[in-house]
Amino acid sequence: MELTNENVLGKIIAQFGEDNITNAVNPDGIMTFDTNRQTIHELIKYLRDDEELQISFLTTMCGIHYPEQKDKELCMMYQLHSLRHNYRLRIKVYFPISDPVMPTLTDIYATANWMEREAYDFYGIIFTGHPNLIRILNVEDMEYHPMLKQYPLEDQTREDKVNTFFGR
Amino acid sequence: MATEKKTVELDGLDTFRENYDLKLQDEHNDNLTTLNLGPTHPATHGIFQNILQMNGEIIMDAVPTIGYIHRAFEKIAERRPFYQITPLTDRMNYCSSPINNMGYHMTVEKLLGIEIPKRAQYIRVIMMELARISDHLICNSILGVDSGAFTGFLYVMQEREHIYDIYEEVCGARLTTNMGRIGGMERDLSPKALHLIGEFLQRFPKVWAEFEKMLTRNRIFVDRTTDVGAISAERALSYGFTGPNLRATGVDYDVRVMNPYSSYEDFDFEIPVGSKGDTYDRFLVRNAEVWESLKIIEQAYKNLPEGSYHADAPHYYLPPKQEVYRSMEALIYHFKIVMGEINAPVGEVYHAVEGGNGELGFYLISDGGRTPYRLHFRRPCFIYYQAYTEMIKGGQLADAILTLSSLNVIAGELDA
Repeated sequence: MELTNENVLGKIIAQFGEDNITNAVNPDGIMTFDTNRQTIHELIKYLRDDEELQISFLTTMCGIHYPEQKDKELCMMYQLHSLRHNYRLRIKVYFPISDPVMPTLTDIYATANWMEREAYDFYGIIFTGHPNLIRILNVEDMEYHPMLKQYPLEDQTREDKVNTFFGR
Repeated sequence: MATEKKTVELDGLDTFRENYDLKLQDEHNDNLTTLNLGPTHPATHGIFQNILQMNGEIIMDAVPTIGYIHRAFEKIAERRPFYQITPLTDRMNYCSSPINNMGYHMTVEKLLGIEIPKRAQYIRVIMMELARISDHLICNSILGVDSGAFTGFLYVMQEREHIYDIYEEVCGARLTTNMGRIGGMERDLSPKALHLIGEFLQRFPKVWAEFEKMLTRNRIFVDRTTDVGAISAERALSYGFTGPNLRATGVDYDVRVMNPYSSYEDFDFEIPVGSKGDTYDRFLVRNAEVWESLKIIEQAYKNLPEGSYHADAPHYYLPPKQEVYRSMEALIYHFKIVMGEINAPVGEVYHAVEGGNGELGFYLISDGGRTPYRLHFRRPCFIYYQAYTEMIKGGQLADAILTLSSLNVIAGELDA
């Protein structure tokens, strides 16, 4: 079967229902849709194990922070690839920053381990069921999650720089 | 084997064990040695630490620690105009920085919807393949060094200098190149650059054949690398392997063929694959890829199309300096670009290139501002290095060193 955005989306919606698969768009040739925390684990497992789809390569995942969106402040982006069909897919899950919990994918993909640790390190997203959820790139006694938008790039107490020009 | 074993105890190691859940401890601990490999160790060729638990020479368990040269590129990128992010990408895989630069440029061009002229695309292909050669050349010759053959390393290092001479002629820099611009190249290939590339194509095949001759059928080398650090195709895919390390396991995934970019579809080349996924296979795959890269450079060099070396995109492409001094428009655009006054359209793109170590992806979200809203680098090293523990378990310490070099883990890319 030739995978197209239409038939893949149709198949996924038939499996998981329209309530769980929303907002399908195609920003750059890679179909992107939203789902929720209850569905994501099952969905990724289904995409991997389905005989027709074989979307079984986790290319990357990353967190994104949208401080302005009420109750959807944090987002996890998962990008999958079907090497058999050369078809890419992007899935997003939005959730509130007050409850930054996601299910882990480490039982599906071994590579999710460090990617999730990175997302935890950068955004403070807690992955339930992760075998070793500790910081990976930053020092362990760091007290905040630096990629959140409220943390500016430079030390704001510095007075020797004029910030007007370069928007620091 | 000696009956006396020394246990290396480090301050805070017990807490470390608890934190990291080192599985083998206490009850059988009398036979185990804890050994600290890294963070700075001449054999790791970069700064990363592995705490090994050894039973004699055999590695029972390992805990890798990374992040020693984490420079928060993803955070910095959120505060910089698009053209200022290119130097950050240099410093990821610094053995093949032109690939990173151009991968990033292509991502931004995809966001902006700029069409790049054929000539610029071919020049990019030449530079990217030169970068791939210099990357593989380092990896394979270091593998020779780690197994005791220093000569080959010094011999091919001279060729890397010649590749860097070409970079220097094209962009002015050697290691962290910052090559090209959003929209094409910063200048056309000069006659001298063309001459240097031609010379390289003449000379390099002989050098590489000699290097191969030294190691490929060398009994000591073959014995040292066969079945060392092997990984199955299935595990490699689960670990997100890409590039030569994945191809060594027998999976023929290459971004250049699967999702051609920058006119790779015009060139005729093969994807070398291995079968066992061990260190020797990785060595052979990289060797073969160097020959394929040479083929691509030769084709691009012979068929270099006429035309412009950059796209006609004045809003984003930094105008040549002589134009800036002569024409009003160029001056205005120069000012606007340098001061970061130009907004990018709203969008979301992912672009992947075949880096030295695999699929180097750039995931860029733009909210319509002067900087990316979010830029995520898919760094192949970061993703496959987590399999290292699994690959060295049950092997010997000396083999772990070889496995590490054959994976070509570059600390800059690992930590970003």
